This record gives sequence, C-alpha cells and structure tokens, in this order.
Amino acid sequence: MSSQTVQAAALSAQTQARFAREVAKYPADQKQSAVMACLSIVQQEQGHVSPEAELAVAHYLGMAPMAVHEVTTFYNMYNQQPVGQFKINVCTNLPCQLRDGGKALAHLCDKLGVEVGGTTADGMFTLQPGECMGACADAPVLLVNDRTMCSFMSHDKLDQLIDGLRSAEGQA
Amino acid sequence: MNVHQVLSQFQAQGLETCFHDRHINSQIYAGLNGRNWSLKEYEARGGYQALRKILGQDGGEGLTQDQVIATVKESGLRGRGGAGFPTGLKWSFMPRQFPGQKYLVCNSDEGEPGTCKDRDILQFNPHIVIEGMAIAAYAMGISVGYNYIHGEIFQTYERFEEALEEARAAGYLGNHIMGSGFNFQLHAAHGFGAYICGEETALLESLEGKKGQPRFKPPFPASFGLYGKPTTINNTETFAAVPWIIRNGGQAYLECGKPNNGGTKIFSISGDVERPGNYEIPMGTPFAKLLELAGGVRKGRQLKAVIPGGSSAPVLPANIMMDITMDYDAISKAGSMLGSGAVIVMDDTRCMVKSLQRLSYFYQHESCGQCTPCREGTGWLWRMVDRIENGQGRESDLALLDNVAENIMGRTICALGDAAAMPVRGMLKHFRHEFEHHITHKTCMVPAYV
Repeated sequence: MSSQTVQAAALSAQTQARFAREVAKYPADQKQSAVMACLSIVQQEQGHVSPEAELAVAHYLGMAPMAVHEVTTFYNMYNQQPVGQFKINVCTNLPCQLRDGGKALAHLCDKLGVEVGGTTADGMFTLQPGECMGACADAPVLLVNDRTMCSFMSHDKLDQLIDGLRSAEGQA
Repeated sequence: MNVHQVLSQFQAQGLETCFHDRHINSQIYAGLNGRNWSLKEYEARGGYQALRKILGQDGGEGLTQDQVIATVKESGLRGRGGAGFPTGLKWSFMPRQFPGQKYLVCNSDEGEPGTCKDRDILQFNPHIVIEGMAIAAYAMGISVGYNYIHGEIFQTYERFEEALEEARAAGYLGNHIMGSGFNFQLHAAHGFGAYICGEETALLESLEGKKGQPRFKPPFPASFGLYGKPTTINNTETFAAVPWIIRNGGQAYLECGKPNNGGTKIFSISGDVERPGNYEIPMGTPFAKLLELAGGVRKGRQLKAVIPGGSSAPVLPANIMMDITMDYDAISKAGSMLGSGAVIVMDDTRCMVKSLQRLSYFYQHESCGQCTPCREGTGWLWRMVDRIENGQGRESDLALLDNVAENIMGRTICALGDAAAMPVRGMLKHFRHEFEHHITHKTCMVPAYV
C-alpha cells in the first residue's frame, strides 16, 4: 500500500455513526481499540477493505495508516481484495472434516464451477475454505459474508442455499 | 424470498446441540429452549439473584469482596478455557487496592477446534455471563469490562449486545447498580478470524486494536493487562458458573463434581458420534457415559481414538478413553488434558496421518509468526506430515517429527507452539505404526477415508 497515492475514502454520516458507537465503548484515549469493528463495518458496506478505506479508518481513529493495515492483514476474515457478492467460507478443520466439511467444499466447487478460492464468472459467489468457526457440532458449517453462519449443510441444503441466493438476486 | 429469508433457513436453532435433555444436573444450560434468552425469562429462572445477594438487595446483609472470592475458591471452580487454573485464586491475585482503572475481560474467542459450548451459552443464556462478570467485577473492585467474542459467531455477538442493552436498562449494569455503590460498565467486542486471539495476552493486544501477537509473561495480566492496567481474564463458561456458586454455595458446587474438580462442565462432542453437541455433565463423569449420551459411535462402528480436550490435546486411544472419567486430573493422568472440553471422536475408519495432516495445517496457518520455533517449526511439521500422507514420507521423518516437536515445546512466548507439538507427539506415541505404514507402503492402513 503506497500512502502517497492513496486518497482516504469518504465516510457517510451513517458509517460515522456506526464507528462512533464502537469508539464509545473504549476510554477516550484508546480509540484504536475500535479498529477491528470499524474495518468489519467497512467490509460489510463495501465488500472489502480497500487502501482508501484503511486510510479513512486511520484518520477517523487517529492511527498510523500502517497500524490499520497491520490489522487488516493479520486477521483472516478481512478481504483485502474485492470478492463476489456472497463470500462463502466452508470450515474444513478436523472436527468438520470428520463430518464431511471437505465434501461440502468440493460439492460447492462443482455446483459453482470454481476452484477453491475462486469467484464465479458472474461475480456472485466467492468460495473459500475456513478455519474453526466454533460450531463443530453443527458440521458441515459455512459462513456467508462473515456474519451469517449456516449449519448442518448437507449437499441438498448447499444446493438450496446457492439456488435460493441466486433466486433472491433475480438470477435463478 | 429475499437474501435474509434464504439464509435464515439454515441457521442453527440449538435443538441438536443444546436443548436435547441429555445433560446431567445441568446448571448453565438448565431450562433453556432457545426462545427464553431474554432478561425477563432469565430472571424467572432465578437470574440476577446472585448479584442481588452479594449487593444485599435480597433482604440479606450482602457479601464482602473477600466472601465472594472465598466462596469461589471453596467451589473448586477451575478455568474452563483450557488451562484449568483455579478461578478463586486468580481473582485473589488482582490488586484490589490499585488506585487506577482495572479491567475485567471475558474470553469468548472460542476457536479451539472441537469447541462450541460458549456459543450456545452466549446465544441462549447471555445474561448468565453478564451476571457472572458483574459478580467478578464486584469481587475484584473493577468498574469496566469487555467480552471479546469470536468473530465467526457474529450473530451471537449481536445477541450479546442485545442482552447488554437489556441489562443496562434494568439497572444490572451501569452506575449504582441496584442502588448500591457498585459501578460496572460492560461492553462487547469481536474478533475477525485469528485463532491466536484465544490466548489471553493476544486477546488483550487485539482489544487494544493491534495484531494479536501474545505478550511475554511475566508481567501477568493481573499487574499489566489491558492498556497496561491490572486485568483479570476468564473464559465464558467460567463466568457462567459463578451465579450458581453464589446462590448455592461453594461446597454445593464442589460436590457436583469431584475433589479438586468442582461443578459441572460442558463438553462439546464432535466427529464420529450419532449426536454431536454440547453436553453439560458433572465433572468426573465416565467418558463411556458421555459417549452414550452422544448416541455412541456413528453407524455402530468401533471407537478408535479421542482427542479429549480440543485439537491441541494429545490424542488417546479407545482403550484408555473407555477407562477414564472426564475431569482435569483423570485426563491429565492418562497423558492428555481436559483443555476446553472439546471431545473429538474418531472411529475405526479414520486415518491418523490424515487427521494430523489437517491439524498441522491449522497450526502453521494460525501461528502469529512472532517466535521462530513456532513460525518455522509448525510449517516444518505440516510439510512432513503432508508428505507422509501423500506417500512421499522418508524413513527419517518420524525421528525428525519428534525432534522438531520437542524443540518447539517450551521455547515460544505462548502456548500455540506447544499446542502444535502436542498432537504430533500424541499421534506418534499411540499410532506410530500408522505413520510407519504410510512411509513404507506409500498407502493408508485404513480403508477409504473421506
């Protein structure tokens, strides 16, 4: 990230209100504590965390841009590049693997016609493996856009999920 | 249907994992049905009575800070996050008279593979954690707390925030709680995908808005914690145990379990059982009983191995497991650890090399990169196990695996290095022949695996 060429993204009033709610949880001289939440808000609103958004968060929280970038790059769930409209992370850790987490990922690869890590040609789905989501007894499990967990995802349910999301977006 | 409606069809309702009536003498999960998480319903179950009791709001005289800590010590409650450290003792380390700000932190960064107990507590009984934290804060003279929740369970984080709003509105959090002189502000924070943040000092770094790289100890959090201030950190389930202890007494809690292993414990059972889920049972319950509650081994197969305390705990073979009880001391004596209470069950169709390959991948993926033995060693372990699994193993690999694991152990700032090495050593101790077979024959000993 080259900060000389990057212009901070503009933050809407609504985004700033969401940031302010997070900042209020911490002591006045510890605004940096809200960086994880602010970056996840940016990601929810924009799909990924761009260098421009990192800079805006840095300015808002009074942080060095590199300190924000360290957070974006350290935590697995921040998207440093644009992803599909629906990012799907399938847990493949051992407890899930024992209950067909790996097969669920393979089934979605077939269903979507993408490799692991890939995005469908229409830009609708990005498929990624995931590490433990803390829902091991619900295996197979997956996360949709970081915030919604889907449990007990048999092949039939995986098909219903994909078909349902396509249909909801008018592309069935 | 819109997107929200589509997604909502697939969300866990807790029926399989929590509301199955196969707990034994449950305390934390008692009376839950998935719809009764709110403050009013928690109060109807006796919720917030323990907080009223210590503050003298139930007609009694109240409890002093020392009395609360003594009760928790008497209960034999030990940390439910993995280390099993006596909770009352930890609370007594807090410098109560420290003049500046002190902090209380709840570790809900539940990411130890196999563990999903805290999610069900926070989702279906969030106020029990709030009450437990308020009691802890009172005992240690703390006025500000945070609950750091695993980023992957975002809906649970939102549920906890809703519960916090309820507790504030009802006067159980905030200033002058229930008209007393006790003030306690509690907030929720979330992670965003880093296993290492379950380590308490990495969690503090993350809560400060930094990379989650563990701190060297000492100084311990009790003297230098969040923002450099005295801080006590406990696991979600540990806090959730506290209201029952205050209501019923330390001795009663101790008697629920066995000496030095007080109370009930929630075990998360995953893998090859008929009914994976969370089971709250008394400490010291035989493993065989727990397996029975979970419906036994899947499809009537034979039990082969169990990882009894989360993926970092050494694996134990079936014959050892079937003879032990589920408590800190018995599992430790058998050569493993109770850890977070995550019981990963594997049947006789499972290849131990393949299982270790997946775990070793996880640890090298999640190493924070700070200490050389862990950063380099976890990758080395994974590459070796990976090549053995793929028929490329060398005769010298087993000795080298032992050697690398041994040289990670005890040589890193935090326990992630040990957590990566212990599964390797456990597998080689009990299932060495499977690794040898893979190396010699370039194939797996057991029939078709996933």
